[in-house]
Amino acid sequence: MLISVASGKGGTGKTTVAVNMVLSLEGRVRLLDCDVEEPNAHIFLKPQIHEVRSVYVPVPKIDNGLCDYCGKCAEFCEFHAIAVVGKQVMVFPEICHGCGGCLLVCPRKAITEQDKIVGEVRAGKAEHVEFVYGVLNVGEPMPGPVIREVKKETRKNENAIIDSPPGTSCPVVESVYGSDYCLLVTEPTPFGMHDLKLMVQTLRELRIRYGVVVNRAGIGDKKVYEYCGSERIPILLEIPFERRIAELYSRGVPFVREMPEWKESFRSLFASVKEAIAK
Amino acid sequence: MNQIAVVSGKGGTGKTSLAASFAALAGKAVVADCDVDAATLHLLLDPKMISQQEFKGSRLAAIDEGKCTKCRACEEACRYHAIRGLEVDPILCEGCGVCAYICPEGAIQLGERISGYAFISETRYGPMSHARLRAAQANSGKLVALVRRNADLLSKRWGLKTILIDGPPGIGCPVIATLTGIDLAVAVTEPTFSGFHDLDRALDLARHFGIKSSVVINMYDINVENAESIIESCRKGGVEVIAKIPFDPTVTEAMVVGKPVVEYSPDCAASMEIRRAWQVIRSILNVDVDS
Repeated sequence: MLISVASGKGGTGKTTVAVNMVLSLEGRVRLLDCDVEEPNAHIFLKPQIHEVRSVYVPVPKIDNGLCDYCGKCAEFCEFHAIAVVGKQVMVFPEICHGCGGCLLVCPRKAITEQDKIVGEVRAGKAEHVEFVYGVLNVGEPMPGPVIREVKKETRKNENAIIDSPPGTSCPVVESVYGSDYCLLVTEPTPFGMHDLKLMVQTLRELRIRYGVVVNRAGIGDKKVYEYCGSERIPILLEIPFERRIAELYSRGVPFVREMPEWKESFRSLFASVKEAIAK
Repeated sequence: MNQIAVVSGKGGTGKTSLAASFAALAGKAVVADCDVDAATLHLLLDPKMISQQEFKGSRLAAIDEGKCTKCRACEEACRYHAIRGLEVDPILCEGCGVCAYICPEGAIQLGERISGYAFISETRYGPMSHARLRAAQANSGKLVALVRRNADLLSKRWGLKTILIDGPPGIGCPVIATLTGIDLAVAVTEPTFSGFHDLDRALDLARHFGIKSSVVINMYDINVENAESIIESCRKGGVEVIAKIPFDPTVTEAMVVGKPVVEYSPDCAASMEIRRAWQVIRSILNVDVDS
């Protein structure tokens, strides 16, 4: 079972929900932090890392001896990652999507590919939790390849939780795609509500089932509740706005560690998701 | 021309609340919302739309079943595994055109797809450039670039010297497109381990592109000790912390009524500190009083 945690708006509590849920569950469980631009779950889990590997993407390499500067590669490249100016071919590896099109169209076979490192995948363990996270190198624009490598770490017949990045575009789609259920963490404010709606549209497009977790309940207004009611979106858990929870968060402490009474709530959250998937 | 972007690394630290307040304090400036996949600045600035344009961010392959001989060369050539059972998965297709090139029957065409919309609007603080990426679409970096170009045009048309940008979270392509060519990145953080960690990466990114940054610590009194560590770390990195905004429920109240906090409650603790931050930004950039 693969459950993703997403939100649209940043800072609503995705990592809080993902981390506290895996720590509350018994038995084998895996957490994949796919927010590779700004991964945070490791701050809370403090895992023992036993494997680190680089993530590579293929980028074109031009053989200047063979190239006759015909410009077909540049013309083909949809992403403007190659430019031919006079007798010079410029490759912009940061924006190359690695489609391999330039190799195909080069009439003189002057293009080969070389690997470029864009980030890292780190795997380890924290208590009973198998933990994997990705880190995009600073300056690299495309998180997709790193997210895909993190997602390869799922195992058959294992429960895994995916912590997604904020937003609603490609990195989020890459992260939640293929999950059996998505937990949407929101806060009861106009911003939380606005981005929740966008995420609901995204998940409908992706045909992924979803339910809502309301974090910082008590602040803002009641519109998130009205919206979920009218759209028949289940609210599976509410976490109140409490100074103690915020303070534990600020120090990187998962709040179920200091407030173990919450473990039962996260276990029932997991059970409700399981039930919804089985339907 | 002064281009100021509010960024953060971590989401939810208060970028939009701060950017909206800066817009109100600037009086006359072009405002640009570059958080195109979860844009919320309009909820505080109440823009009146003047024009809308389609954004075609990427192309999408389409297979003509009449011409297709099911040789599956396209499936093999597609590195995104976007063609399965001779159907194109619009989520996975990046529009690179390899399938169309490889198809021996010429059965594949690349069509344009509308990935979103860019808007030009007017607000009570000046013109606004913003956008909406459609659900589950890619290429937010390109849409950010379009919002930036529109903001540039507006600044020329209106004769305004300041562009205020509300940036997206993270450090990936939309953030890079937001930072390119700006004069100052105002990085907002919160005094949490996560906020600190993400701020470091955001500042590294700005440094990578040679952009000057300054830092605002929001809700600094949630954990004063962490706030002090952030200030110390910024000092070592040569980055100025220009404001420490206290936790103030008025900020959420202002959001609920849909106004920048400095307008909703000019004398609340958060507003006073935001005003101070804006003064510092003005002195850093020598922003004219009337621009």
